[in-house]
Amino acid sequence: MTASDSEENKQIRFDLTTSPHLHSKWSTQKVMWLVVASLAPSIFTSLLFFGLYQLLIIAVAILFAAGTEYALQVMRNKQPTILDGSAMLTGLLLALTLPPNFSLSATAIGSVVAVGLGKQIFGGLGFNIFNPALVGRAFLQAAFPVQITTWSKPHLAVDTISSATPLAAFKFDHVSTEIGPLFFGNIGGSLGETSALAILAGGFFLIAIRIVNWQIPVSMILGMIIFGGVFHLINPAVNPSPLFHIFAGGFLFGAMFMATDWVTSPITSSGMWIFGLGISLILVVIRLYGGLPEGVMYSILFMNAFVPLINRLTQPAIFGIKQGGQNEKSY
Amino acid sequence: MTIKTFRGGIHPPEYKELTQNSVFEKVPAPGQIFLPLTQHLGRQAIPVVKKGSVVTAGMLVAQADGFISAPIHSPVCGTVANLGKQITSSGFPKDTITIITNGQTEAAFMSPMDPETITPDDIRKRVADAGIVGQGGAAFPTSVKLTPPPEKLIEFVILNGCECEPYLTRDYRFMLERPDAVIGGLKLILKVLGVQKGIMGIENNKPAAIEKMKNYLRDEKDLSVVVVKTKYPQGAEKMLIKAITGREVPPGKLPMDVGAVMQNVGTAVAIYDAITKGEPLITAALTVSGKGIKNPKNLIVPVGTPIKDVIDHCGGLTDNAAKIIVGGPMMGAAQYDLSSPVMKATSGILVLTKDEVETKQETTCVRCGKCVEVCPLNLLPTRLARLTQLQRYEDAEMIGITVCMECGTCAYTCPSNIPLVQWIRLGKQKVFRLQKERSASEN
Repeated sequence: MTASDSEENKQIRFDLTTSPHLHSKWSTQKVMWLVVASLAPSIFTSLLFFGLYQLLIIAVAILFAAGTEYALQVMRNKQPTILDGSAMLTGLLLALTLPPNFSLSATAIGSVVAVGLGKQIFGGLGFNIFNPALVGRAFLQAAFPVQITTWSKPHLAVDTISSATPLAAFKFDHVSTEIGPLFFGNIGGSLGETSALAILAGGFFLIAIRIVNWQIPVSMILGMIIFGGVFHLINPAVNPSPLFHIFAGGFLFGAMFMATDWVTSPITSSGMWIFGLGISLILVVIRLYGGLPEGVMYSILFMNAFVPLINRLTQPAIFGIKQGGQNEKSY
Repeated sequence: MTIKTFRGGIHPPEYKELTQNSVFEKVPAPGQIFLPLTQHLGRQAIPVVKKGSVVTAGMLVAQADGFISAPIHSPVCGTVANLGKQITSSGFPKDTITIITNGQTEAAFMSPMDPETITPDDIRKRVADAGIVGQGGAAFPTSVKLTPPPEKLIEFVILNGCECEPYLTRDYRFMLERPDAVIGGLKLILKVLGVQKGIMGIENNKPAAIEKMKNYLRDEKDLSVVVVKTKYPQGAEKMLIKAITGREVPPGKLPMDVGAVMQNVGTAVAIYDAITKGEPLITAALTVSGKGIKNPKNLIVPVGTPIKDVIDHCGGLTDNAAKIIVGGPMMGAAQYDLSSPVMKATSGILVLTKDEVETKQETTCVRCGKCVEVCPLNLLPTRLARLTQLQRYEDAEMIGITVCMECGTCAYTCPSNIPLVQWIRLGKQKVFRLQKERSASEN
């Protein structure tokens, strides 16, 4: 080896990527696990109110969601990405929308459908149109209509509370539920949806660390106050107050964890407002005039379908161009 | 007090602490310097020396070629060794005058002039003769900016002291060490343009500079300091004008179209020195920083000094140095050849370490909308990148790809590590080519 060779070998090879040379600490993987962490309070309340068996539902849902993702990616010769946490999050979210003591085999089917038909069939993470967990839930609603509306009476429930969900009790028996239990969560309902307190704790955490775009929950709640409020004012005896709408059923869980799914919600700020208001409008109509007592799932899935259109119509005016002013081809 | 700002943007770690208390240090001329003929935007300068010509510091070595161009002066005494090609920080070889220094320190500057009695035309001529270019990074010839068409009504001059790029502390040091030159330069700019109102925009992470400038401007009724929020890219021309005046410069237009002229703090100092000392722009003030450099410093370097000599002056590279950037970390350019010289508008040399430049795994877009949220120009970066990937350049043009200023906030923010600004840069080039073909076929 000559002297010049060794000199050359000593030279550092410099990294030559183009700007920017700094990157934030975020990654999709980190985001997924933070969302999982934000669901811890809801997992805890589901176990508290409905028993440890629910842990099995959660485990089965996560296992089958991740397994489906892995199997389909291997079949498509894709690099498996289950460690990004998104499939496990889908499984967890699905489990938390199921009734207590739900059948484990049906849970597994739901997870397979959620990840298979809800996500992988579109091409995987980032390409799906509908919220995968809700696709799985919608399938179970159609396939197991009886089981999925069979509710267990929660532990720590006061005597006056039956196993029926507050929404069903109101719709079919005209029995109203106090806001207290609705907030605390010792009422009938799906695993993760009963405790507003737990949902809000996780939701505010996600808003604070800027994972959840606040516009979506805020516009949904505002929409519920407006649309629910109008119907309530027209006929308070038949139509419950907006406050009841907000705290009953899956509204808050949907607002914080389902509608805010990045992939299936708008990317523009004004689009998020339209999306949230739309969900609440459809939800009020379903709850008051539909055959089912609850409709959060359908209203979110329905608005998911409009997201590409909403994105297109709500592109913000480019800096320096007044909306509708200049010809858009002038730059 | 309200702190002004614009919509969007990011707040990356500042890393200013590495050099903010380091006083400017003058670096002696190295043995050999490279003077590229394109250190500015516009036409390449024309050499007026030949191989073997003996030059002294301050002497003209290349003259401006037309209006949008700038002359180049020798920062050292020595002999012209060569007129050839040299890699510059742009990454491309450029026509360059190479000078071997002889160690002498005599200087042949232009005659000093009194800033009080000088006429606007003389200021403009001196700025052009001194080869001053914008120190904010774009290196646009300053004399052109000081010659707005007569129909444009200029209402105020904004002096940009934001220095929003992380690491860089050059403008900060100028405001602390040379407040007289900063304000003097601002007054000269106001005089050329016949404008009364001068505003300094400084980010609120520089309280010492804000206080110093405010003290200097205490008795001035037309000059003021506006404190703006510490946020990247606050120092971008359009963003700072928006923050201070509320006015938006439309795409394809200039600040003068909304009544403003903006100059960088460093440019004001260069103008002041050109008038009061007769000194052409032959030194570059810059920050040398980053974890990959042994002794981070602020330096005054003769233009043309190879990057390697500057790094050696700062103690050299650390063992884990991995990336060398000329400019700031958000918009600067990575270097592969350390003989590349410091140029007139070089504001910083950064060295990042191995663990800082690790390329992260890119994953698919999850449509989180973060890039849309942070884009200061209200573009849809994820959509622009996607359309470029699909080679749908006309569609990208329709939604404003050419408006992008490549500030990099989108790529910085993206949780999927998608090189958004890199894709957009490619798309822009393709669109510019299309536009050229279109106008060629129309003629």
